[in-house]
Amino acid sequence: MLVSPYAFLAQLLQFLVALAAAPLLTGWINQWRAWLQNKTAPSLLQPYYVLHKLFQKEAVAAESASMLFRATPYIVFGCMASACGIVPALSTDLPLAPVADAIALVGLFALARVFISLAAMDVGTAFGTLGARREMLIGFLAEPALLMALFSASLITNSTSLTAIVNKMAHSQFQLYPSMAFAGVAFTIVSLAENARVPVDNPATHLELTMVHEALILEYSARHLALLEWASSLKLFAYSCIGLALFFPYGVAQADAPQAMLISLPALLLKLAVGGFALALIETVSAKLRIFRVPEFLAVAFVLAVIGLLVHGLLGA
Amino acid sequence: MIALLTQAINLFAAMLLILAFAMITQRRILNLVHLFTAQGLTLVAATLDVGYLTAQHQMYLSAAAAFALKVVVLPFLLHRLTDRLQVRFDVEPLWNTPVTMLVGILLVVFAFNLASPIAALSASIARATLGIALASVLLSFMMMITRAKAVPQVIGFLSMENSLFFAATAATNGMPMLVELGIALDALMAFLIGGVFMFQIREQFDSLDIRHLERLREE
Repeated sequence: MLVSPYAFLAQLLQFLVALAAAPLLTGWINQWRAWLQNKTAPSLLQPYYVLHKLFQKEAVAAESASMLFRATPYIVFGCMASACGIVPALSTDLPLAPVADAIALVGLFALARVFISLAAMDVGTAFGTLGARREMLIGFLAEPALLMALFSASLITNSTSLTAIVNKMAHSQFQLYPSMAFAGVAFTIVSLAENARVPVDNPATHLELTMVHEALILEYSARHLALLEWASSLKLFAYSCIGLALFFPYGVAQADAPQAMLISLPALLLKLAVGGFALALIETVSAKLRIFRVPEFLAVAFVLAVIGLLVHGLLGA
Repeated sequence: MIALLTQAINLFAAMLLILAFAMITQRRILNLVHLFTAQGLTLVAATLDVGYLTAQHQMYLSAAAAFALKVVVLPFLLHRLTDRLQVRFDVEPLWNTPVTMLVGILLVVFAFNLASPIAALSASIARATLGIALASVLLSFMMMITRAKAVPQVIGFLSMENSLFFAATAATNGMPMLVELGIALDALMAFLIGGVFMFQIREQFDSLDIRHLERLREE
């Protein structure tokens, strides 16, 4: 299959935008979080300063660390970067998109999760093991709920490919889908859990008893840590883009209209800005859950996603 | 526009079901009252929508009555009741939420299957949502069964009445006004009696836990 230059350009642009804008999204959310909590906000560019500082430093690893420990940051970063390349955020005409549908995308996130958990256990410290166990607990509950939420969209469009979903949703006549209301609530809960956000985990603390994501990366330093931080920004970016693709797919360029990419980039940034503000708002108004309440929280997501599928069956829409 | 409003009925129905599930998992009494108010508002919106689409003007009246009773009066009374019982910020321990939720899915499947042949006989524009309305009724019923405290039980009862109201709208484009008013007043009376009852329970047992009523005492 011959790839058109526009498609190639769209793919390249999407990678670059994801890599460049992901820390910006994190900075934007942190800024709003601080403002909403009456704190002085860090600079919007703070994540870039942190990355710059970490890349300058000398990497140190524990003596007992194996190859797995050293390789994990690159694997995780690779997974998240390719996830960002697959989700149609700017254009649906992506040469890489046919490589992975929604199910493979969930698998990609799972691969990163397995590696980061193994690496956290690799050194043998107590916190790493604790974080890895909690991460797997959250992951195994969040994954089916995420799949069910994606399947709600798949049932409507008869395809598990994200580009096909966006094409169908954005460019056919506007219709209200009740099943997507269920999928939307479920997806929001899952994204909060998967991205270590407040009801499930607090990204801003290193409190031993509650941390999950921070416990996993506790042993990392310098460029390894920088890559992992960047990867978690990319993960948030990818999840935001999946959410936008499923629920607000308007403004994404199509294969036959490459000039629409001029609109789709500002549209994407605007949607992400609004989404980031909403995330900061959710994080501000909700209290962190006990870790043993998290299965309950995720069960709600799973049940809602399943009901979404059932409602689709009942109403045929 | 008409097509969009027709789809909006399904959306309102879906919102009612989401709210029913939210009520099952909600521990805080204050939040339960808020959810109940939201349920009432959704119901009013759905009734207005059906009334507009079928050009039945008595539906506007019934929506207005529902608004007055279910969005203004009952939440106000509930707020006052929780204030006076001093259970406003109470947190109720729930029995195994994931299992309750899974039973909820079974109820939804059951209701959907039960409603589909009935809906096929109906000529109403909202007939597809009959299954959702039935599922909400069953879920509210389950909430009444699983809760131990008196106030959540009363809220469960009122939310069941809301779902019944929606079921009537979905199946027949609204009940006759007289029946509707009768049911609404019944619900109000049940609520008032329930309120008196709650004060009695608390005076007897120093708690609103109705499990105290299950024990027999020899005196």
